[in-house]
Amino acid sequence: MNSIKNKIVAVILLIPIWIIIYTNLQEISDFIVFKLFKMTDETHLTKSIRFFCYEVPKVLLLLTLIIFIVGIIRTYFSPEKTRKALEGKSLFTGNVMASLLGIVTPFCSCSAIPLFLGFVEAGIPLGVTFSFLIAAPMINEVAVVLLIGLFGWKVAVIYVITGLTIAILAGFILEKLNLNKYVADWVFKTQAKQGLEKEESMTINQRISAGGVVVKEIVGKIWIYILLGIAVGAGAHGFVPDEYLAGALGSQNWYSVPLAILTGIPLYSNAAGIIPIVSVLIEKGVSLGTALAFMMSVIALSLPEIIILKKVLKWQLIGIFVLVVATGIAIVGLIFNYIVFT
Amino acid sequence: MKIKILGTGCARCKALFRLTTKALGELKIDARVEKVEDIRKIMEYAVMRTPALVINEKVVISGQIPKIADLKKLLTNNL
Repeated sequence: MNSIKNKIVAVILLIPIWIIIYTNLQEISDFIVFKLFKMTDETHLTKSIRFFCYEVPKVLLLLTLIIFIVGIIRTYFSPEKTRKALEGKSLFTGNVMASLLGIVTPFCSCSAIPLFLGFVEAGIPLGVTFSFLIAAPMINEVAVVLLIGLFGWKVAVIYVITGLTIAILAGFILEKLNLNKYVADWVFKTQAKQGLEKEESMTINQRISAGGVVVKEIVGKIWIYILLGIAVGAGAHGFVPDEYLAGALGSQNWYSVPLAILTGIPLYSNAAGIIPIVSVLIEKGVSLGTALAFMMSVIALSLPEIIILKKVLKWQLIGIFVLVVATGIAIVGLIFNYIVFT
Repeated sequence: MKIKILGTGCARCKALFRLTTKALGELKIDARVEKVEDIRKIMEYAVMRTPALVINEKVVISGQIPKIADLKKLLTNNL
């Protein structure tokens, strides 16, 4: 009983501390730069270091909080429950639900195949399964935090809504194309035995611990990418002239969006490394649509994941999958470049 | 007792394998730990998250790496 109270009390105490640090971050970082490092004028170097000293703690603070909250929410979900919820749903409803559940269901790309097979064997349509597999990696808490931190709320909301739309529509279209014949033949033959016994329900205490574990695991893994990403960003922030990239990658060039998507596919980075760099690209004149397309392509279409999926899907299906998703991303990019910002 | 670790060779699967051998060593249980990396064999256990731990053909863990104390409990309870 005692430890249950302790954990809740600890969380309640930490939240105001978090808020105080977060709201005073500019003062704290300016103090470090100007008083501790004794940097005075606004040279390029000072600009870069100020950017770095402000953005790194800001992003790390946001990440810790949101990953913790999402970690707790995720203890209420599991692939097994999601599968159950999706069984017997009609096509479009299934796509919408699968995409939404993709956001909250714990998912790691290393489990993509068992999850794919588990869904398909339960009779969930291929297109619905794809909606899940597109939404789950694309709309993740790390991407959302970084977008909030570096671009603000609006861009983050736009990203989530357009990402969901792509996942829903791409899954719907893939189902309509009737592609079951391109799934490896043995998949539909496998008869699964009884799986994991009924899950035990968790106490609040265990859920809070689980949130803490996820924070340690994710932040422990990605902090270095964030540091590097922001360092590159900080360097460019101070030294590359504004509007430098506007010519080639601004909104006026139709080919900037497809180019960004093609560049993004072989790049395999988690959101942590790529988003800080993208934020500086935008500052230097790359249009928002192009930047969004690049980010989505890097995160949702990755070569390693395609290679993993090759074990269960024939190449025709992988090709169509990549094409449909890439087209969706391209449409989003072009809409933002032409309609929203002209 | 028959122990299997299901996983397609990802880092977390290897971590669970190491942790299990370590726990068995500390418990002084002499059991064979088998790695199952073939996805078709893995699917026979109907797990949707790897790594998974199977003791005597029963799936006891899926998709997580437990603390060593919890793992020991699982191992002794399923002896």
